[in-house]
Amino acid sequence: MSVDLATVKRVAHLARIAVPEADLPRLQGELNAILGFVEQLNEVDVSGVEPMTSVTPMAMTQREDIVTDGEIADLIVANAPASDENYFMVPKVIE
Amino acid sequence: MTDLTRLTLTEARDGLKAKTFSATELTTAHIAAVEKARALNAYVLETPEHALTQAAASDAKLAKGEAGPLEGLPLGIKDLFATKGVRTTACSKILGNFIPPYESTVSGQLWRDGAVMLGKLNNDEFAMGSSNETSAFGSVVNPWRRKGSNVGAGSTGAVEGAHLVPGGSSGGSASAVAADLCLAATATDTGGSIRQPAAFTGTVGIKPTYGRCSRWGIVAFASSLDQAGPIGKTVRDCAVMLRSMAGHDPKDTTSVDRAVPDYEKAVGRSVKGMKIGIPREYRLEGLNAEIEALWQQGIDWLKAAGAEIVEISLPHTKYALPAYYIVAPAEASSNLARYDGVRYGLREQGRDIAEMYENTRAAGFGTEVKRRIMIGTYVLSAGYYDAYYVRAQKVRTLIKRDFDEAYAAGIDAVLTPATPSAAFGIGEKGSSDPVEMYLNDIFTVTVNMAGLPGLAVPAGLDRQGLPLGLQLIGRPFDEETLFSLGQVIEDAAGRFPVSERWW
Repeated sequence: MSVDLATVKRVAHLARIAVPEADLPRLQGELNAILGFVEQLNEVDVSGVEPMTSVTPMAMTQREDIVTDGEIADLIVANAPASDENYFMVPKVIE
Repeated sequence: MTDLTRLTLTEARDGLKAKTFSATELTTAHIAAVEKARALNAYVLETPEHALTQAAASDAKLAKGEAGPLEGLPLGIKDLFATKGVRTTACSKILGNFIPPYESTVSGQLWRDGAVMLGKLNNDEFAMGSSNETSAFGSVVNPWRRKGSNVGAGSTGAVEGAHLVPGGSSGGSASAVAADLCLAATATDTGGSIRQPAAFTGTVGIKPTYGRCSRWGIVAFASSLDQAGPIGKTVRDCAVMLRSMAGHDPKDTTSVDRAVPDYEKAVGRSVKGMKIGIPREYRLEGLNAEIEALWQQGIDWLKAAGAEIVEISLPHTKYALPAYYIVAPAEASSNLARYDGVRYGLREQGRDIAEMYENTRAAGFGTEVKRRIMIGTYVLSAGYYDAYYVRAQKVRTLIKRDFDEAYAAGIDAVLTPATPSAAFGIGEKGSSDPVEMYLNDIFTVTVNMAGLPGLAVPAGLDRQGLPLGLQLIGRPFDEETLFSLGQVIEDAAGRFPVSERWW
């Protein structure tokens, strides 16, 4: 399978990455090189094979449902590019 | 006094215990070496004051006889490990000036055991790369040079000539250890990022079994493949490092609750009677004759030490790399969704929030990272999920089954080459076709796909005078066998220190 320019554009949008029009053909070529490389997986007979979910056979451990952390709002926003009174600031979402 | 930076980690440990020198002297020597080697670009952040404070505390503990297993030993930390109060960037512009308010579990365990931090080490951006050329801080210089090469320290102190890459993604870790800029370093390995740079620099590296080390506080790339491990000067040094790095952590649900053995005790243990598998599928068509000869040499050494050599088959080997280039980007696209310009790091303005996200991610991520996020997004998108992602995870089951069957048949470990070639020059690979770079991990990536431990140990030099490594693959949670076998190879091959400090 290979991707066309429209698909590259759509995928860039899904990935929330702005791609200038001029860069689309280069990206298309690179993505198609990778997709061409992975094509060989179609040779493998995978009928009846379970997809891997965990390399180590182990049950997910559960922990006690208790508060282990908190009251650190100032630390949480410390690295934010924009914050105000321990809130993250973002561009207006609702008109 | 002898040059303290030439010591191995365990020699330095013994010297501190014998009071031949102090932790402060040892740290001061390393700080000076780091400053002198800035042209190698191995460190992206030096923390000399932090190191000296830790060293003074270690000297006090050593005097009181309360030394931890790594007391007073100066280490470098890959910039993928969150270090409390010390800038952590994954060598990406998108993390900008991120200062973690927490410490990664693995690095925290090193400080618990008395280690000293010299600084943060360069790596490929988000650990995506095999040459350290994708770092936002620029490429790292391999301290090894081809025979007769024009690489040298120029009059301005910058490296001149076409230098070699140290491999990646843990290029800074490998280069720093090889150039004696720390006694050992932390690293991470998702497809070969510990073992390939170790092989390129004549150092030793181990990727432990998935679940052996906590991933908490390590910048995530592909969560089902990522594992932390050490790069060191010797097999023994790696054994000592891993003991401190490993262990159960309730904060990482994939971390395994098993006792951590004293790995150093496995170093020097007899390998007599062990069954070593040689997978025929690793004899690639067109395999470099020098790599082939090195592999045979490794077989002969292990045989001479009493191991039994058995040819085995791992039929799905060839599909590991293509399956990896679906699974790893898929997980990366999901993990890297968190870099949105809201909670930390870079923000670029936009007309609305969607444009703010798109502009931030366009400006913050480098070319290779964007490429992988796009591939990951594509293979997970509606209509393609089954054809790509689910199929790749099924192939992964088959890859693991190959190993399970070999181990069930009595194989103790598998011996393969670590890389298909020695270190290559900067800009030599992957500029037109990304797959050319990906092929570097052809021998290492199966190990991540199957969650197994893998050790890279230097075993010889090629015609250009550059180090080459062998890889040992073990049973799950049997790192000890790898340390025993690795020591046999190290004893036979000798060590490969960089002879001339030309930088």
